[in-house]
Amino acid sequence: MNQLVANMAGNVWKVVVSEGDQVNSGDDIVILESMKMEIPIAAEAGGSIKELKVNEGDFVNEGDVIAIIE
Amino acid sequence: MFKSVLIANRGEIARRIIKTCKRLNIRTIAVYSEADQDSPHVHEADEAHLIGPPRVSDSYLNVDKVIEVAKETKAEAIHPGYGLLSENTDFSKRIQDEGITFIGPDPYAIEQMGSKLTARKTMDQAGVPIIPGTQDAIANAEEAIDYANKIGYPVMLKASHGGGGIGMQIVNSDEELTKAFESNARRAEQFFGNGTMFIEKVIEHAHHVEIQLLADHHGNVIHLFDRECSVQRRHQKVIEEAPSPLLTEETRERMADAAIKAAKAIDYKNAGTIEFLVDEDQNFYFLEMNTRLQVEHPVTEKITGVDLVEQQLNVAYGKVLSIKQEDLMINGHSIEARIYAEDPKTFFPSPGTITDLKLPEGDHIRHDVAVKANYQVTPYYDPMIAKLIVTGDTRLDAIEKMKDALDGYHVEGIKTNIPLLKDVVVSEAFKEGHTRTSFIQDHILINQ
Repeated sequence: MNQLVANMAGNVWKVVVSEGDQVNSGDDIVILESMKMEIPIAAEAGGSIKELKVNEGDFVNEGDVIAIIE
Repeated sequence: MFKSVLIANRGEIARRIIKTCKRLNIRTIAVYSEADQDSPHVHEADEAHLIGPPRVSDSYLNVDKVIEVAKETKAEAIHPGYGLLSENTDFSKRIQDEGITFIGPDPYAIEQMGSKLTARKTMDQAGVPIIPGTQDAIANAEEAIDYANKIGYPVMLKASHGGGGIGMQIVNSDEELTKAFESNARRAEQFFGNGTMFIEKVIEHAHHVEIQLLADHHGNVIHLFDRECSVQRRHQKVIEEAPSPLLTEETRERMADAAIKAAKAIDYKNAGTIEFLVDEDQNFYFLEMNTRLQVEHPVTEKITGVDLVEQQLNVAYGKVLSIKQEDLMINGHSIEARIYAEDPKTFFPSPGTITDLKLPEGDHIRHDVAVKANYQVTPYYDPMIAKLIVTGDTRLDAIEKMKDALDGYHVEGIKTNIPLLKDVVVSEAFKEGHTRTSFIQDHILINQ
């Protein structure tokens, strides 16, 4: 099991995947928007999306869990 | 003169405008979002009004709300600053209809320059050199590829309504262009409400040089010389200086003449800036016109002694420009460093709380600062938190003073780009004026 965390504070602009999706390492999971910049957060390891902790429009802080991949 | 001015902006530029208004005894009205309740500009204005939730679309870009506050407070004029509503024709038209003065050009001029494609045509017709490129909008990636293959890679893909580096990208191959076309068109649509794209030839080894203009409602147009803003990251300026170290005196004059011709072509009024790309053979090409005050205006103020905000207010009030071209000369050299709340290597934003702030002091130093100690930098707005402006007798003197000033600049609690700024000003390439727009890539990132 792998936790995907936000590497910066910002708004969740887009959630690219759905729960249950199979992803590979490097695939974008969500796109954060902060200070007029969009930053994709990618999976560090492949697996299936067990749980998505955020919705589009949510605000996340650095270190917050975005998704659980297993 | 106006008795009251509403400042439809935030951060350092709101403070900057308030400062001049106070000196001229003009009542200042600030607006702010829920995220900015504790911002210095809110406390410095004579009065301040909450206009909505943090996001710009709910507050600073809420035209109805800003106009409502202006009417309630009987503001005689609105200064839009830069960004936000400053180049919004709908906003400027609507406040005119309300009988409030927009401190800036008329909606026609904003519209003419708001579309880069229209601006290219207008400038071409006025005899101002433009970058070779497509005359009209490109409909899709296939058409873009056809054109790119005709002029040869690399090409610059641009959104006609883009700005602030958003919607533009240099591309090197068909494959890259296919991807870049879709993503940039989408971003431009999202940020600017218009995804029209076009292509320009890439000008190799280009420097970014711009001419500051002032024009009144009586047909007078003057220039306040040039600024060079080549040191950029993600197509956003990081260090600016005046005058440009690249231009010969002959080019300086030719560019100023071209800029004045451009302004006259659209009957331009108020402060404006014509941006050019200049190659190392002194050929220059029109890039775009910014129909507002620029972030980097302080370096021009330092070398000319002119308060540009005061001039904007005078011109908007209908006064004849009190400065004549022959009154102006370049006095010394001024450099501005933009302090961004971001990682100095990845350029990722770094919002958070500033726990401590120490600024260098000196007669040669000017600070335009949006923040203070124990202040939260939120993720809702631009990462620029301050500008450090240092002026010397010569360019080398200004560089030395900038090095010292940056050494004495301390922002604790968040990451800033100060380490990057230091790397730039100590580099031999910067000292020698080899400031191409690829400077950070060529001289800084390459060593990391």
